[in-house]
Amino acid sequence: MSAEYLSMGYGQILAATLLIIVNMGISLVLGLALERRLLVASARTVVQLSLLGFVLGWVYQHPQWYVLFPVAGLMTFVAGHAAIRRVRRTYPKALVTGTTAMAAGSWSITLIGLIVIVRPTPWYAPQYAIPLLGMILGNTLNGISLGIDRFGEELVNKRDRIETLLALGATRWEAAHEPMREALRTGMTPIINSMSVVGIVSIPGMMTGQLLAGVVPVEAVRYQMIIMFMIASGTALGTLLAVLLSYFRLFSNKHQLLVSQLTSR
Amino acid sequence: MRSDLEAAAIGVRVASRERWLLRDVDFSVSFGERVGLSGPSGGGKSTLLRALVLLDPLESGSIRWRGNIVDELAIPTFRSEVTYVHQRPAFLEGTVEENLRLPFQLRAQSGRKYDAELAVRWLERLGRPPELLTQRADRLSGGEGQLVSLVRVLQLRPSLLLLDEPTSALDPETSGRVEEVLVGWVKDRPDERACVWVSHDADQVERVSTRRLLFANGQFASPVGEGAST
Repeated sequence: MSAEYLSMGYGQILAATLLIIVNMGISLVLGLALERRLLVASARTVVQLSLLGFVLGWVYQHPQWYVLFPVAGLMTFVAGHAAIRRVRRTYPKALVTGTTAMAAGSWSITLIGLIVIVRPTPWYAPQYAIPLLGMILGNTLNGISLGIDRFGEELVNKRDRIETLLALGATRWEAAHEPMREALRTGMTPIINSMSVVGIVSIPGMMTGQLLAGVVPVEAVRYQMIIMFMIASGTALGTLLAVLLSYFRLFSNKHQLLVSQLTSR
Repeated sequence: MRSDLEAAAIGVRVASRERWLLRDVDFSVSFGERVGLSGPSGGGKSTLLRALVLLDPLESGSIRWRGNIVDELAIPTFRSEVTYVHQRPAFLEGTVEENLRLPFQLRAQSGRKYDAELAVRWLERLGRPPELLTQRADRLSGGEGQLVSLVRVLQLRPSLLLLDEPTSALDPETSGRVEEVLVGWVKDRPDERACVWVSHDADQVERVSTRRLLFANGQFASPVGEGAST
């Protein structure tokens, strides 16, 4: 860590809070009715981040695998749940499908990243494992959510096409090919977009953090590239698995489209 | 004598499983037959046709095709021989011709090739010019869509056609042509072709079928004209 790094105290947090209070004042004066929501959101920010700080601090002090793994498992479960909650059409065991895809996609990439690329000692050092897994989970969540969502929409909206293909003798794989391709494309679009504009339109959050912490730009850039590739592979793998598992749930081995399994919410 | 397509005690339930759409239905068709199926809307005629080619999960019963139970692996090939023709035809993006080519890419149709001349011949017999091939399939009218979907299936040389109101969007003259073409199609090779024709039009059923059945409430109402031949 560099000497240029400035530590923040409670006084500075209070100063930042004043910015929010000014905004709440503006909202009150203009009758925008935003002050309550701003207050709740700010309170959540304080509580959630403080909790995170405590938990991370505790985990850092206990760098054992049997501490790390339950934490990682909980993060994965919450991410799987969040991914499925945002899907417009769900089906039986969608939560299991989403969480399985989430775990397989993000854990495998995080493991490779830790053991082969970043190589901390020990390889499960929470300082590296938790932020890496967190970033991959966050992005894989989007991919899985968008992928399963689009797949369901495709099956419902293109049901006649799919059944026409099946009626003409298509296997379930042949009939599902186009919907699966669309679902994967949709799931991968956000990460591909952000990879395309990174550094031009946006400076990624992780890199911003490293820059603020005084890391030299070249070093931060190298880290960011590695992270980007890990995120993209995790998202691709997770989305592919989620769509593939959904395919097995929604097309029977008798080459039937089980569209009635899908329920919208 | 055994029939070529035999459904024994088939049952289909709604997704929530609380109600039967079809229950213990027996049905069979032999080559050379043209079965006319009529009955009230919502009575289960389409459900029956879909069940015969296993497009919906069967809750009970079995389907035999030429004496053999249709198993999972054989389903795509079975459906290329016994083909359900949807009342509302669906097409992919692209021209009519691209849509006619598409089924030949399926594994169940491997070894066969798209034959433009054959497609044009079927179109002409249905009273449509060859230029229709270059039109965009998603711009077809409902009636033209029905004709193209018939050409799409006829060029694949199936053995048994399950026709779900194939002329519902056609004018009487074109309907007449379709009847003529499909009746002729079975009569040309009565030892290897047959069709089941669902229609709301009693006169049409009378004209096209060799055997007439009434289907209502998920069951055959009475053996109307069972065994009768014309």
